[in-house]
Amino acid sequence: MSRQLYPHLRLDVFPTPYCTGCGHGILLGAMVRAMDEAGLDWDKTLFVSGIGCAAWIPSPHFNADTLHTTHGRPIAFATGARLANPGLNVVVVSGDGDLTAIGGNHLIHAARRNIRITVVCANNRVYGMTGGQVAPTTPEGCFTQTSPWGGEEPPFDLCRLVMGAGGAFVARHTVFQVRQLIKTLTRALTFDGFAFVEAVSPCPTHYGKLNDTPTLADFHNQMKGQYVDRRRYDRMNPEEQADKIPTGVWIKAADTITPPIDKGSSFIPPSSGLGSSSNPPSAGQGNSSNPPLRSRGGQRGGI
Amino acid sequence: MKHTVETVPAPLPPDDYFMMGDEASAEGAIAAGCNFFAGYPITPSSELMVRMVHRLKETNGSFIQMEDEIGSISALIGASWAGARPMTTTSGPGLSLMMEGIGYAAMTEAPLVVVDIQRAGPSTGQATRPGSGDIFQVRFGSHSDYEIIALSPWSVQEAYDLTIDAFNLAEAYRVPTFVLADESIGHLREKVTIGETVERWHRPTAPGMPPFDTDDENGVPPMPAFGQGERLLVTGSTHDARGFRKTQDSAAHQRLVGRLVGKIRNAAEKIARYETYSLEDAEILVVAYGFSARAALEAISELRRDGVKAGLFRPLTLWPFPEAGLKLAAKSVERVFVPEMNWGQVVREVERILHRDVVPITQVDGEGMRPQSIIDGVRGRAGMNS
Repeated sequence: MSRQLYPHLRLDVFPTPYCTGCGHGILLGAMVRAMDEAGLDWDKTLFVSGIGCAAWIPSPHFNADTLHTTHGRPIAFATGARLANPGLNVVVVSGDGDLTAIGGNHLIHAARRNIRITVVCANNRVYGMTGGQVAPTTPEGCFTQTSPWGGEEPPFDLCRLVMGAGGAFVARHTVFQVRQLIKTLTRALTFDGFAFVEAVSPCPTHYGKLNDTPTLADFHNQMKGQYVDRRRYDRMNPEEQADKIPTGVWIKAADTITPPIDKGSSFIPPSSGLGSSSNPPSAGQGNSSNPPLRSRGGQRGGI
Repeated sequence: MKHTVETVPAPLPPDDYFMMGDEASAEGAIAAGCNFFAGYPITPSSELMVRMVHRLKETNGSFIQMEDEIGSISALIGASWAGARPMTTTSGPGLSLMMEGIGYAAMTEAPLVVVDIQRAGPSTGQATRPGSGDIFQVRFGSHSDYEIIALSPWSVQEAYDLTIDAFNLAEAYRVPTFVLADESIGHLREKVTIGETVERWHRPTAPGMPPFDTDDENGVPPMPAFGQGERLLVTGSTHDARGFRKTQDSAAHQRLVGRLVGKIRNAAEKIARYETYSLEDAEILVVAYGFSARAALEAISELRRDGVKAGLFRPLTLWPFPEAGLKLAAKSVERVFVPEMNWGQVVREVERILHRDVVPITQVDGEGMRPQSIIDGVRGRAGMNS
């Protein structure tokens, strides 16, 4: 990594806590480079993460505002922060268990709302921090601590899940596709709406050892064959597609994207951190210049 | 550090209004400068949320209906750290879902207000009927040690006033603060007098200073917001003054949790508020809060008409409980009674504080507390049946 990017890291907390062969360090580096490519102001960017290995990518490594939340809830925390201050770039970085199992509800609703946040899901297909339990992303038949005879449940296809919920910008790469990953993250960070990037990341320690891919090189070889560019995937016949997973970017047609819900200007002065100091008199009380609100929810006060 | 105080004109023109408790609480929030609301519909608190969607539109605030109560409390914490003055409203079942977030708000010292319009439980219970079953839930619902502040209104006027106070206390102490109303007050309609001005307290700020520890004896560190270049590390893990995780450091854990608990316990008598009625010559003390206190006031005057010297102690803060005031009030009385719309919650706190037998009077039929229930309870247990 270029030394020019070092100020964006808290170098005193390195090395990272990640195990040998973990892909999260690659994603960490890709995030920093993408932030630089996107030209975003680190001091106006909030990184929100949940619980698990991936949640440690921004916190404490990034020298920026970080919010390390309860398990599964980073998107809900991010929604509050973004609505309270639309001047913030809000970026969620968390794992597959955090974002799609315990936090799956917030993921689909953020996609549906098209709130302008970027969600990066480090998908290692297992619960790593707790020792390697089955996740909703674990491929069928794979072995984990809690699927000791091979998982019997089909996994989520995260990109299709988010697309189905209305996600405007959806993408997937493995961390081995570093250049594409950086390029896609750069686009996601500057996308004007909800953006979801799945970064498939190897976990040799808890996933690989039980599934014949105990080293990073094993994961590389396995993923290279399995994850194919979506254009190549689309040209394949169904038999060829069966054991393949497409990678790339899926963006909804511009005329089908609903406007992001958080376009309004911030009511918080950027420097003070305090709420607005005065409210206009209530509409409908007779001495206001604001026209009374009309809505279908019943007149205010007539509830 | 100490909070800053600002006085602003009341958003509603000063006058007498006729409104519902839920609406008065919403107006109190707007008066207190609330500019963010996230919520999820639940009876009997939905009227408050509906009022907020309109009022925040008028005052240029932010409103979102979240996918569940977990999302609501999470959004509040995100908004609080982004500099907003946030609020949500809910009832017992929704409050249960919020508990992990409330612990996180206490741990990261994020000011926020939760208005709990209590209903008859447990579980779904009787959704449209009153109860006071959340007294311990607000205080102990999240895991491990923390402190919160909870206020208990007994009128629509207090639904307005105490909601303003809740925002100010939340900001001054950087702590989640609750308005513990119940369905009787939430759906009651009566007169509310709006004054000329409103006092708003703001969280202490000191750019560059650590946001998670202080040498100030009040134990409240300054609170910056996201986007100010402070590069904040906010985490629910045990952390040091700057927010770095200290998950193996005994001293750091002791210091942090000690301060979180201490900043409220040490200020308990300053935060605590209560009122007393007819205590001068009282031999019988009734301790009552919220809607039950209205019935208790009626009951003690009826008892007095019959020659029973009864008085009333009404805590306005349930957490922290006004301990010194209660001890003083109970000093020379013969019996103490605690009527509640639950199977006995505050009675335990009263017993703990007074170190003596206290008689619970429970009315758990999904109805508002009746004066007659209290009169019967006092007469029966005090051996004064006539």
